[in-house]
Amino acid sequence: MFSNFFQYILSGTATTVSVTLVALPLGLMVALAFSLAYVYGRTPIPAVIGLYSTLMRGVPPIVLLFILYFVVSGSVNLSPFWAGSLSLGIISSAYQLEILRGAILSVSGGQMMAARAIGMSRWRAVRYIVLPQALRLAIPGWSNEASIVLKDSSLVYALGVTEILRRAQQLSATTQNPFLAYSAAALIYFLLVFATNRLLDWIARRTRIPAHF
Amino acid sequence: MSNWLQLFINSLPGFLDGARVTLELTAIGLGLGFVLGLLAALGRAYGPPWANALSVSYIELFRGTPLLVQLFLIYYGLPGLGVTIDRFPAAFLALGLNSGAYQAEYLRGALQAIGEGQMMAGRAIGMSRWKTVRFIILPQALRLVLPAWSNEPIALMKATAVVFLIAVPELMSKAKSIAARTYDPIGAYLGAALVYLVMIFILAEGIKRLDRRVRIPGFGDAEAQHGV
Amino acid sequence: MAGPILEVRAITKKYGKNIVFQDISTTVNEGETVVVIGPSGTGKSTLLRCINLLTRVDRGQIYLDGREITAPGTDEDEVRQHIGMVFQNFLLFNHLTALDNVQIGLRRVKGMPPETAYQKAMAELERVGLADRAGHYPGQLSGGQQQRVAIARALAMDPRIMLFDEPTSALDPELIGEVLEVMRKLALEGMTMLVVTHEMGFAREVADRIIFMEGGRIVEEGPPEIMFGAPQNARTREFLWKITELYGKHEGQGRGNPG
Repeated sequence: MFSNFFQYILSGTATTVSVTLVALPLGLMVALAFSLAYVYGRTPIPAVIGLYSTLMRGVPPIVLLFILYFVVSGSVNLSPFWAGSLSLGIISSAYQLEILRGAILSVSGGQMMAARAIGMSRWRAVRYIVLPQALRLAIPGWSNEASIVLKDSSLVYALGVTEILRRAQQLSATTQNPFLAYSAAALIYFLLVFATNRLLDWIARRTRIPAHF
Repeated sequence: MSNWLQLFINSLPGFLDGARVTLELTAIGLGLGFVLGLLAALGRAYGPPWANALSVSYIELFRGTPLLVQLFLIYYGLPGLGVTIDRFPAAFLALGLNSGAYQAEYLRGALQAIGEGQMMAGRAIGMSRWKTVRFIILPQALRLVLPAWSNEPIALMKATAVVFLIAVPELMSKAKSIAARTYDPIGAYLGAALVYLVMIFILAEGIKRLDRRVRIPGFGDAEAQHGV
Repeated sequence: MAGPILEVRAITKKYGKNIVFQDISTTVNEGETVVVIGPSGTGKSTLLRCINLLTRVDRGQIYLDGREITAPGTDEDEVRQHIGMVFQNFLLFNHLTALDNVQIGLRRVKGMPPETAYQKAMAELERVGLADRAGHYPGQLSGGQQQRVAIARALAMDPRIMLFDEPTSALDPELIGEVLEVMRKLALEGMTMLVVTHEMGFAREVADRIIFMEGGRIVEEGPPEIMFGAPQNARTREFLWKITELYGKHEGQGRGNPG
């Protein structure tokens, strides 16, 4: 009984972590491309990306999750796990885009000009001068978004994915002890969020530029 | 497109019904969260050790776990301890507790920005600790906190959508029943998304105006933007 | 003196209706140090940015070594490698050490192998007297040291000409001397330089020619003896009188920024 309990919760934890590890990097890649296009793109591009960001961030994630889920699973045959994870990644891209855009804008300007002045192309200046600084600057905001995605991964519960919350629900039915089951779920989330924050803090310290920021 | 518009117009009464509940959830969650957040922030900054420990645990636990888990713990978990709770009070409580933890963090930032000096100055003219908080610290902190706090009503309104999972009849839950009735889930949820967009846009505009109204002239402009 | 390295022909720069400068023409010959002086807001900095193609001119042509660099289809990145630029606020790359600041252009623009780039960068740091600070990040260097690294970074590309945009006006007074010293040495070594500055001591001592700009035009130009001794134009006299009145006592080390 007791070992069963832990097995259940652990497999749910693995799913929650997997959802996050799909959604977060996907969101980051989309956000990186979009934020660069926003800052350095020609006329209609920034406006289009700005609209994307505003619309995505103006609607509750769970509503977007349902829309994207039905759109994705209507066109490709994907399991709820993949459809949910990809959708969460797309939702997160709008929030990550804002974080990266702010960081790029605050580094760009002078640093870009200095890079161009020694003959660097625009792309090289972005690659070697702007991004290395902007990505460091974005870590605190990004780390906050990482724990939001981790917590939002609980939303795929609504799609029937057997992540922690769904496991807790099943356990509460079999054990007749809902409080214990959901408390266990809460505790695991808490530990995951805590570990994520610690890890990213550590990365931020490791990559810190001496005597800067 | 015209099909969708037809669906949207037909569903509008349902959406508006749901939107009213969403607004209610947002307002009550925000108010409850404000009271809890204020208590937690003050307890953390000026309270005795036990209040400090309690505040910190509350803030960290509720910021470190998903709202959905908190909601389920309250609605499905508490009855396991013999405390039954209806879906509406459960939703209000979950939203209020969750929002309170975030509001406490915003306030903490503002209190830190004000610093020790104002407390010292209040005590120096003979005010008690509580009176200094009440008449000197809070009036400044509540203005300072506004730019950071302005995100909270919007964040909370978006957060309310998950309570459809305990069948509170708000906007998302209306969209779900419309989806079931019309067999057009994408159309139904897009309709709900549009209503959310409009509400959030209006809310954001309102907050922007409020923000401009209450600024202390020449004070805290820089800190209020970035420091908090 | 050898032939012209830089030639500017009747260039004009506008922002909307606002004319920054108009019909500027001048030539800088090989090994020559030309100092541009004048009140703030007369387009001196913009002039340098236009020469380095960081800003586009609206009319006129710019020639580097006899080749028009304002012609359409010019590879601007290639041109900038031959024009060194030193900014008022240094603009070192914040995430790189002094050494890497100097190396990065050699590695990523010129594609030098690591060992060669390292040797070259160390030699340039040596040249500005900062070889012992190679591993320091910009935030760990004083303003004067940062500006000297910035000079080394520009020198590393082996430019045909160096542009200096008020290189000392963001510095604390006690740090100005070390930067001017490096610039003086460069001039003596025969580097071709175009310098915008308010340091009149430096101008008088180092410049081969002085250009006085005001209101977006060149008012007067000539050798320092004439410009400081007997300027022809009343505006030039007035400006020099004001600036020596205010800063004359600290010439060469004073914080010579009237604007």
